[in-house]
Amino acid sequence: MSTQDPMLHPELLSPAPNEGIMRDGRRLDHAEAASKPLRSRPEPQPRGAKVHGNRPIDQAEAAARFIAAPEHEKMHDERLWDLRQKRDREMHDMEEWEELRALASGIKEHTLTHLDEYLEQFEANAVANGVHVHWAKDATDHNRIVHGILADHGAKSLIKSKSMLTEECGFRPYMASVGIEVIETDLGERIQQLDNEDPSHVVVPAVHKLRTDVAEVFSRTIGTDPANSDVHYLAEAQREATRPLILAADAGMTGCNFAVAETGGVTVCTNEGNADLSANVPKLHIASIGIEKVIPRLEHLAVFVRLLSRSALGSPITQYTSHFRAPRQGGEMHFVLVDNGRSERLGLEEFWTSLKCIRCGACMNTCPVYRRSGGLSYGATYSGPIGLIIDPTFNARKYSNLPFASTLNGSCSNVCPVKINIHEQIYAWRRALVERHETPLAKRAAMKAAGELLSRPAAYRAAIAAADIALAHLPRFVIYNGLNAWGRHREVPHPPKQTFHSWYEANRGEKP
Amino acid sequence: MRIGLFIPCYIDAFFPEVGIATLELLERFGHQVVYPRDQTCCGQPMANSGFNADCAATEALFVRNFSGFDYVVAPSGSCVHHVRDNFDAIEQTPEVKEVRSRTYELVEFLHDIQKVEAFPWARFPHRVGLHNSCGTLRRLKHATPSELHEPFYSKPVDLLSKVEGLQFVTPARPDECCGFGGTFSVFEEVVSTKMGYDKVSDHFRAGAEYIVSADSSCLMHQQGCAERIGVPIKFIHIAQILNGASA
Repeated sequence: MSTQDPMLHPELLSPAPNEGIMRDGRRLDHAEAASKPLRSRPEPQPRGAKVHGNRPIDQAEAAARFIAAPEHEKMHDERLWDLRQKRDREMHDMEEWEELRALASGIKEHTLTHLDEYLEQFEANAVANGVHVHWAKDATDHNRIVHGILADHGAKSLIKSKSMLTEECGFRPYMASVGIEVIETDLGERIQQLDNEDPSHVVVPAVHKLRTDVAEVFSRTIGTDPANSDVHYLAEAQREATRPLILAADAGMTGCNFAVAETGGVTVCTNEGNADLSANVPKLHIASIGIEKVIPRLEHLAVFVRLLSRSALGSPITQYTSHFRAPRQGGEMHFVLVDNGRSERLGLEEFWTSLKCIRCGACMNTCPVYRRSGGLSYGATYSGPIGLIIDPTFNARKYSNLPFASTLNGSCSNVCPVKINIHEQIYAWRRALVERHETPLAKRAAMKAAGELLSRPAAYRAAIAAADIALAHLPRFVIYNGLNAWGRHREVPHPPKQTFHSWYEANRGEKP
Repeated sequence: MRIGLFIPCYIDAFFPEVGIATLELLERFGHQVVYPRDQTCCGQPMANSGFNADCAATEALFVRNFSGFDYVVAPSGSCVHHVRDNFDAIEQTPEVKEVRSRTYELVEFLHDIQKVEAFPWARFPHRVGLHNSCGTLRRLKHATPSELHEPFYSKPVDLLSKVEGLQFVTPARPDECCGFGGTFSVFEEVVSTKMGYDKVSDHFRAGAEYIVSADSSCLMHQQGCAERIGVPIKFIHIAQILNGASA
């Protein structure tokens, strides 16, 4: 037995690992507030994956750096596991949970297989409501269209609520390049914007940061006291700094959780009311909508609203469920319907159901790999299990390693409120990437050799006999090219006196 | 019944006692158990890495070895999952389909086919934490996974409850993956071992003397992790306990 591994967190063996973070005798519950440093020694925030153009992202490398920051890793793991547990409690309170999931899945599959009809219906109803509707083929198109609308109004500043679609489109850098100031109004997203870092989670974008990290960012950007990491102080300082920008903004932008075809309206779910500010303070409201967000009827909204926040944060409903249907008097409303690869994905036989996703993040919260890696380790807009099956559709080369960042444990598929078979799609992506030769040569060679050895009993027996002699090391035929990787943080198995095969020959030697 | 005994490669090489316990246990119930000598592997390591074409010959060999038995039984959930759910690198002839549908994991076989009422020879006076591997839990459906709103059942708990003296302890995250994940354990070794450290620590804090599982691959990984960080816990396959191992 070797000595304590330096990677092991000192609290790993503490008697009460899940006690949470307490304050004034109560557990701190807010997703973005409950992270205190465990030790006084400051630990720099680990940064995400290294991105080199089109080269495959090395998720494992970035994950290893995240784990090497034990305070961050432990907080992140426990924070998200807590969300998973809250989700479970909500689930157990609803007898019809599994029925509701089946219903949600069915509605999405129906809509996606009649997408053209429902989109046209949505557009017609929105236009009838006085909304300007635009169609964007891809990210560039989206950014150009929004820029055009803003330019028409002479708008120089834009407040917006959280939207993964705009992340996907590289919207903020584009706006910066054309001289328009964008102010994120979601607290977590604002933290990430001020730190010039991507969101690490679709619902809680700064969940990988300790509150001391936030104090550092705010002290640098909005002038807070770097030594004060009290969450109320930080939230209040951000509010004070951002509110004047919100009041002075020329235009507002929201994303969209659900677009209802029969009404032509959109629904946005937030916990901070920031979508309402973005939509209602300026006279111009632009909503960016992925085309897969459409649902047929208003009654279907009830199914999804019941599932969304329960799956995401383990709360029965988001604090705000805001419905936008028509411009208010004297104002203007624009919907930008964005494809950006969705039509193509819809044509992929094994992967089209990933379009059912409602971006709740439940698969991330439950994923044991994600919780220990941090969302930024994936180096992509979408991280965690859903990211593994969506990202390769954007760039199969750059994201070719991601489907391998999974143990295929299947927990993601079980928590998914719209029943996407996520782990089966991860498995299918591995096959697809191998078929497209998007896997490393060494791995290809190792697998070919393994396949040949394991299909030839005599050669296989010889390999085991050799292994029997030198069993102090893990033989190649089990782990293939991973001899060193196995033993780096783990002991190798103890060699037995004989294999089962030789025991059988010795004890039950007669031929059957 | 005439049963083909499938002993996966890593059990053959590292855990012969698991293979022996499986063989003896099946014989206790009066079955004729045959161990085909030319068996190697089911093809899962290549298939799980996406290299499906590379496991065709191994799958064909598996079918040659295990055709014609009433049942094929293996003490390994993940291998059985591969054979039953993913074994499609070769043409699906009636013979291939027959072998796939007759392949059972040991716990399933004892619980669903043999319908064992008692293990009078078994006594295990220890506190054990049960590790349901992800393959047995979510694919072979050994038990209700905690993510689903379904009535509770657990085949391994049913079987182990018939063992005298055995006491269960419950870790805080009973269904959390231990991080083995086949080739994931080497290609993502840092995440894999961190998950393993957390897993064995969770069981240890719950008071487990032993972690018991129907998958030796998870146990091999967990044991390596426990020994590295100094968690004093022991590991045993469910076949050994059910066959009467006392420690």
